[in-house]
Amino acid sequence: MTGNEAIAEAAIQAGCRHFFGYPITPQSELPEYMSKRLPEVGGVFLQAESEVAAINMLFGAAGAELPCVIVNIMRGGPGLGGIQPSQSDYFQATKGGGHGDYHLLVFAPHTIQEAVSLTMDAFDLADKYRNPVMVLGDGNMGQMMEPVVFKKNSGLKLPEKRWALTGAKGRPVNLIKSLYLDPQALEKHNLEINRKIQEMIANEVRVETYSVEDAEIVIVAYGTVARIAKTAIRVLRERGFKVGMIRPITVFPFPYSTFEEISGDLRKFLVVEMSLGQMVEDVKLGVCGKAPVEFYGRTGGVVPTYDEIVTETERLFKGVP
Amino acid sequence: MEKTAKKSLYANVIMAGFGGQGLMFIGKLLAYSGMKNGKHVTWIPSYGPEMRGGTANCTVVISDEEIGSPVITSPQALIIMNNPSLEAFESRLEPEGFLFLNSSLITQKIARNDIDIISIPANDIALEVGERRVANMVMLGAYIERTKVVPKESIYDGLKGFFGDKVKFLDVNIKAFERGISHSE
Repeated sequence: MTGNEAIAEAAIQAGCRHFFGYPITPQSELPEYMSKRLPEVGGVFLQAESEVAAINMLFGAAGAELPCVIVNIMRGGPGLGGIQPSQSDYFQATKGGGHGDYHLLVFAPHTIQEAVSLTMDAFDLADKYRNPVMVLGDGNMGQMMEPVVFKKNSGLKLPEKRWALTGAKGRPVNLIKSLYLDPQALEKHNLEINRKIQEMIANEVRVETYSVEDAEIVIVAYGTVARIAKTAIRVLRERGFKVGMIRPITVFPFPYSTFEEISGDLRKFLVVEMSLGQMVEDVKLGVCGKAPVEFYGRTGGVVPTYDEIVTETERLFKGVP
Repeated sequence: MEKTAKKSLYANVIMAGFGGQGLMFIGKLLAYSGMKNGKHVTWIPSYGPEMRGGTANCTVVISDEEIGSPVITSPQALIIMNNPSLEAFESRLEPEGFLFLNSSLITQKIARNDIDIISIPANDIALEVGERRVANMVMLGAYIERTKVVPKESIYDGLKGFFGDKVKFLDVNIKAFERGISHSE
């Protein structure tokens, strides 16, 4: 299955029954798949007139504390940009994205199998925290095909969906909103959201470390770039260079402590991205000045090759500026 | 580059030609066969603001081990269906790699002399078996025969899954595939 189709099927198996979206490359296969499958399971597929309308249909979900999963298959920007793979929305996904004082929980899968399991977890965690969760992929992941296995849901016990519109029969009326004109009341609302964010930071960090035990240079990458880096690391190891990788699986909350743990003995970190260095800030926060943080990136839809990563890493070993 | 791995299988190939020549299809068929044989596989299409008759390509990786990069700089093999694709990919083939050429359509000279060239008049063979659209299967047959990446039986199974009871199409595709095999022997 392509990444787009696999994510759509995972969403349905995780219980997703309402979808709002607008087809646009490189994620068009996702709404296409949903339009076919959702009616089969008694769900609603609604093609919005634009991406903006689609997210409005989800109704300021962060502020109103509604659980939803947003899939962003990134392409080159800014603005309309192009349609080739990119990781240019890292800031948008992890630092803000919208108005207000909140965060999304953001998963960054690097294989299609992982996209499937993270999408299913995303639905559970959106329910658990009543907070939007994002699956952050890129055009390459959306278009690529790999074999996948669909496993049962995590079995996490989910809270009752008290926010759902059910006609209010036999229960008090729900008032779900993000408008609080009294600053005291809005502060209280924000503090409650923040309490949940702090709980996510404490409990939901996921990270993979790869050959870091004896590494002198550690590459930091997520998504498609991380698997390209795995091949680069294999080549570099064959040539005798001690290289490893830290791969954030959640980019919010970011795995800062993993960096704290290994920074001291390292020569350098090398952040590799399909952007001009949006994750570098988070890596520097984790490293906290204990080792130099270098960067290599391609942007605008250009995918870095493993040769480029090999060359760049060797250059750092030789200390060539 | 990872071809050197001792006994474990690692193979990659880029297939390129005009849109409509069926490169995406044989790429998927190959990846599917790899999957059915218990291998790790990836298939990536080129995608862009393109149309039928434009150029198209896809990359397939088949491996016993987890696949790192699905994006391949220097492939072990190329299946090339037309002149523009030859121009685009010839220099990227790794030394001693296989270049499968559709000699029915390719008129350009090959510049390199450090590679293994297998010329197949795929369009002519396709016409001989009675269906001009199966030149892709001729090329796939030649590729499988030379590289033995997957057993040819699994390609038959994949085709059967695809064509179902459309026996007419199944037969002509298999015939084309077998002609590719015998041409490559």
